[in-house]
Amino acid sequence: MSMPNPSKCPITAKTSASIIAWAALFFVTSVTAAPEGPRLGRPLTHEEVLSQSINVFPDGQGLPQGKGTATEGKALYDSQCASCHGLKGSGGSAEELQGRSPLAGDHPDKTVGNYWPYATTLFDFIRRAMPLNAPRSLSDDQVYALTAYLLTINGIIDETKELNAKSLPEIKMPNREGFVRVWPEGGS
Amino acid sequence: MKKSVPIEPKSLEPVAGGGLLDRRLFLKQSLAMGTGAGLVLSGYDATGADLPPWMRTPGTPFSNYGQPSSYETEAIRWVSANAGAPGNGISWTPLHKLEGTITPNGLHFERHHNGVPKIDPAQHRLTLHGLVKNPLSFSVEDLLRYPLISRTCFVECGGNSNAGWHEEPIQTPVGYFHGLVSCSEWTGVPLGTILEEAGIQPEGKWLIAEGADAAAMNISIPIEKAMDDTILALYQNGERLRPENGYPMRLILPGWEAVLNVKWLRQLEIAKEPVMARNETSKYTELQSSGKARQFTFVMEAKSLITAPSPGYRMKGAGLYQISGLAWSGRGKIKRVEVSADGGKTWAEAALQEPILSKSFTRFRLPWRWDGQALILKSRATDETGYQQPERSVLVNERGRNGYFHYNAIVSWAVAQDGSISHVYA
Repeated sequence: MSMPNPSKCPITAKTSASIIAWAALFFVTSVTAAPEGPRLGRPLTHEEVLSQSINVFPDGQGLPQGKGTATEGKALYDSQCASCHGLKGSGGSAEELQGRSPLAGDHPDKTVGNYWPYATTLFDFIRRAMPLNAPRSLSDDQVYALTAYLLTINGIIDETKELNAKSLPEIKMPNREGFVRVWPEGGS
Repeated sequence: MKKSVPIEPKSLEPVAGGGLLDRRLFLKQSLAMGTGAGLVLSGYDATGADLPPWMRTPGTPFSNYGQPSSYETEAIRWVSANAGAPGNGISWTPLHKLEGTITPNGLHFERHHNGVPKIDPAQHRLTLHGLVKNPLSFSVEDLLRYPLISRTCFVECGGNSNAGWHEEPIQTPVGYFHGLVSCSEWTGVPLGTILEEAGIQPEGKWLIAEGADAAAMNISIPIEKAMDDTILALYQNGERLRPENGYPMRLILPGWEAVLNVKWLRQLEIAKEPVMARNETSKYTELQSSGKARQFTFVMEAKSLITAPSPGYRMKGAGLYQISGLAWSGRGKIKRVEVSADGGKTWAEAALQEPILSKSFTRFRLPWRWDGQALILKSRATDETGYQQPERSVLVNERGRNGYFHYNAIVSWAVAQDGSISHVYA
């Protein structure tokens, strides 16, 4: 398979990129040569996919409809979260959620405020896994509200700010630039 | 009585400080190992009066599933869970009580985020969707009909050995601070087979894997690894996966940190970018002293440990011993393990037990004549890429002490004159 030379090929940059991507995929699959299976996978409908997926990406993909504010979130937090995470996200038996101490110090607590790079991760994680004794029991509105409360106690948003599918991914977390990717090795 | 073969004096000359002997010594000749050799059978009571009781009565009948001897009470996982949330924690493999390279299934380490789900395989489905041409669903029964492959490899938690970052060396049996690693033969479907059936779109670069546990644990995996050597595992050491190891199916990514080897796998969403889940941002990232954190540190670098003797053992006086330990690397085969019995001044090459498998436990052994004096034992592994396990001071200098994950420095044991063994930084 020869690679197209963009200077000689009368094709658009988009087509060229697509051909290169397909060439790369061809290369990957040809070297690994995964054995052919009996092809027993059952096709999924769009509705089935939607009912399965609860991943929420940094750009907001996967966020459901709904909304919430820290004021609503505080009541929920105090009744469902504080017994493990402590009042206002501190001093409990579970993770420290609140704190803005510098990360370059000695053994800093890594909290939502000083460490988590994306606010969308809060929604994704609370919805799928919290509270520990009753995961998936919170409504989407309640998850937005709890996310808003945790961002408020960390001084990242105002307690009146409404979080929804549009406003949540717009929040820039204090440690957004705090990570260096080791993969892919050798940089990309 | 058979006379023991005389030992060639030359082979008992140490090859390095502290009494380390040639690694081929045990292969060359049968050695008189202490007083046990030359057992005298005279004086045996022919009436059977000295027979042990288990030779005088019938034994227990057959069993449907065998269990370890009731005398082996110490070869157990050590559980370390959150008191308020007993399903959230870890249990450690007792490396100090095991030999060879395969971890028994009941002793494979555990990390659960919210307990072990009791999954009915008839109801379980694996779905593939996102950037694929054909979103698909598979039952367990479907997958058992696919072409299977087997591979022996280690699985190691990114947080294994994290006590090594502590200011003071922790004093506990070696399995209880390095035992978040185990090694098994995994059998399953090459993940590439399933991915090709779904047809990954060119812009699909990451798989977001999700488990069917009460944490619905999710994490992002690069497509390159998924297509390379990742296995959708159904069997562990010949039997179907144990519930605590992902029954009915899990991912195995040879050589990569265990959190990516998602258990109870129920879903793979193909995406352009990582989902930035909790376990790839706030956890399993290594904060360095600069305040920046390393992210997507997938490969488990070469590591080795002496498992015998190790803390908790007691040397039984001066004499001949065999040093035994484990080495492994997420980048391939172990090429060499060296042992020092003088705190790192001199090193002797250990014998590596065949077969030496890529990304798998490799057992090393070395004969040693201890003279009864205090000394420091160390081991260091080199893998086939040429990478050598670093000294602790080098690793700490490079990473700082806040990283928590990916600790792989050389481990040192101090042997005291009284035969006791402790963990030291040396």
